[in-house]
Amino acid sequence: MSILVDKSTKVIVQGLTGREGTFHAKACAEYGTKIVGGVTPGKGGTTHEGWPVFNTVQEAVDKTGADASVIFVPPPFAADAIMEAADAEIELVICITEGIPVLDMGKAWEFLQTRRARLIGPNCPGIISPGKCKIGIMPGRIHKEGNVGIVSRSGTLTYEAVHQLTTRGIGQSTAIGIGGDPIIGTNFVDALDLFNRDPQTEAVVMIGEIGGNAEETAAEFVKARMKKPVVGFIAGQTAPPGRRMGHAGAIISGGQGTASEKIKAMQAAGIRVCPTPAEIGETVAAALRGK
Amino acid sequence: MKIHEYQAKAVLKKYGVAVPRGEMVENREQAEAAAKLLFDSGASGAVVKAQIHAGGRGKGGGVKISKSVEEAGELASKMLGMTLITHQTGPEGRIVRRLLIEETLPIERELYLGIVLDRAEAKPVFMASQAGGMEIEQVAAENPNAILKEYVDPGMGLEPFQARKLAFQLGLKPEQIGQAVKFMTGLYRAFQETDSSLMEINPFITTSDGRLFALDAKINVDDNALFRHPELKDLRDVTEEDPLEVEASKYSLNYIKLDGNVGCMVNGAGLAMATMDIIKHAGGMPANFLDVGGGANAEQVTHAFEILLSDKNVKAVLINIFGGILRVDTLAKGVVEAANKTRIQLPVVLRLEGTNVEQGREILQQSGLNFIVADTMKDAAEKVVAAAGKA
Repeated sequence: MSILVDKSTKVIVQGLTGREGTFHAKACAEYGTKIVGGVTPGKGGTTHEGWPVFNTVQEAVDKTGADASVIFVPPPFAADAIMEAADAEIELVICITEGIPVLDMGKAWEFLQTRRARLIGPNCPGIISPGKCKIGIMPGRIHKEGNVGIVSRSGTLTYEAVHQLTTRGIGQSTAIGIGGDPIIGTNFVDALDLFNRDPQTEAVVMIGEIGGNAEETAAEFVKARMKKPVVGFIAGQTAPPGRRMGHAGAIISGGQGTASEKIKAMQAAGIRVCPTPAEIGETVAAALRGK
Repeated sequence: MKIHEYQAKAVLKKYGVAVPRGEMVENREQAEAAAKLLFDSGASGAVVKAQIHAGGRGKGGGVKISKSVEEAGELASKMLGMTLITHQTGPEGRIVRRLLIEETLPIERELYLGIVLDRAEAKPVFMASQAGGMEIEQVAAENPNAILKEYVDPGMGLEPFQARKLAFQLGLKPEQIGQAVKFMTGLYRAFQETDSSLMEINPFITTSDGRLFALDAKINVDDNALFRHPELKDLRDVTEEDPLEVEASKYSLNYIKLDGNVGCMVNGAGLAMATMDIIKHAGGMPANFLDVGGGANAEQVTHAFEILLSDKNVKAVLINIFGGILRVDTLAKGVVEAANKTRIQLPVVLRLEGTNVEQGREILQQSGLNFIVADTMKDAAEKVVAAAGKA
């Protein structure tokens, strides 16, 4: 098993006909993901790279039976695209777009509370269950099917962790990038809860960064409920306060959201926190050996 | 993006938020003219306020009260051009280039109002406190109950009943409640319509004749929303920013200057932060944060190189790229091109991983340039710190 996506997941691409949408739809399809169509308002009725294009998400769902959507539309329209997908009863909405205005996301988040959909992202690499399904922009070939779950606020740092695992022969059940924005859909606790219930997953890697207090909340969950070992890392131990470190959500403000507070909370919850990202692979290996 | 107090007050005025009368000036003559206007229309004093993007100006000598036009002129000429150091500017301080000349008011109470995003609740929170004039972080740490909060539904805005609740809890007089509701709902509308990420009125004052004013105002605008606010984009003051950061922003590079001597270039924000961390762990200090993004091309890499090298503190450079979408061979070509173009003399440690890594390493080896190639992040950090130490 894996979480959220598998070989049967049917995916539509919002923004399929754009450069990014086209490039990544092809890469996902090559990996084995069932891409069933795309949505670009005004281009409905045409085909693109062999896929049918629809004007609305509702039409795409009605015609293809899609249950997941991946969003590549530009930031000014991305929050609207999330709401459109949720309204069409898509179960899993993955938003890759970086740079969505935070108040737009606030509205979309509120809207999502009234719908069934689960959102991953925005500003994230997506989700992959190696060997089964890849919905996102991560390089598929560095992954290997296996028993470690990964949840992370960062993109390339996740690839780094995956690479360390794969080169040690350790595979991954599912890797989720939850995104670097201040308002996101699926959070650490949601992902940890899913991994906790997934029989394939035997250990979890949790990669956080400065800003907010999602890691502290996750640490409470781990302490109270987690039955599997968790390995952690927090990026930004040397980040100056008050500066936005690339990600919109990676900022220490008013003395809140520092790496040291997060590390302290995680260690207190029994999470094995790596002092540098170079140690993630070996720490997971030790955790799986039960050491 | 940060804007100045005088700019923030001009924005707020449009939304019906009461601000003291005043004017921004850039020289002594303008300061005297602005003060004269205030004194002629009955002001008992004129405040001269330094306009820099940092708090704590009063303690640093950046806020002074004058009782005459001449005194206002004198204070202005002393303040303009001075380096103002506050706890938020760092030891280097900021040069004062603009002043706000403003009427004094008979202050009765100093309160606090603020709006920020509450990330855990995923919605804006409107805060109010009786402890005005203090830093809200300090209030939050010492007496969190002193901060009143109303969460705002982003689709609805701050409702009058919420503003009323806060106004009564602040202990405002019954005859001030209507005014306060107009003030607070106006403030929230300004927050929403300007896509702000932070608004602070500290202090929010009541006067002895019962009026309410924003005596100070701070607005930060969400960078991601600037595309729909050309009028706010124009308020950016690049003299308040680090020149290298301004240069980097022209090429959509995420660059933040730091104090160390190991320059670093990384793709992705998380990996860039983690690279800084591992440099420190290896005993060095990062000179910057630089995220070239997932889709960086040769041109961006060249610009990134130039920016790194214009920081004279940099003694060695670490390039750490995990090529996923960005192929390693493409990047290697860019690095060689940039190194040739900039005639780099400093040691460069490269740690490249990902798609087409073998071809990438070959390009580097055949370039004839003296790169130090590392296998892992740890190896790279140790090599670059050693190289910076020798230089």
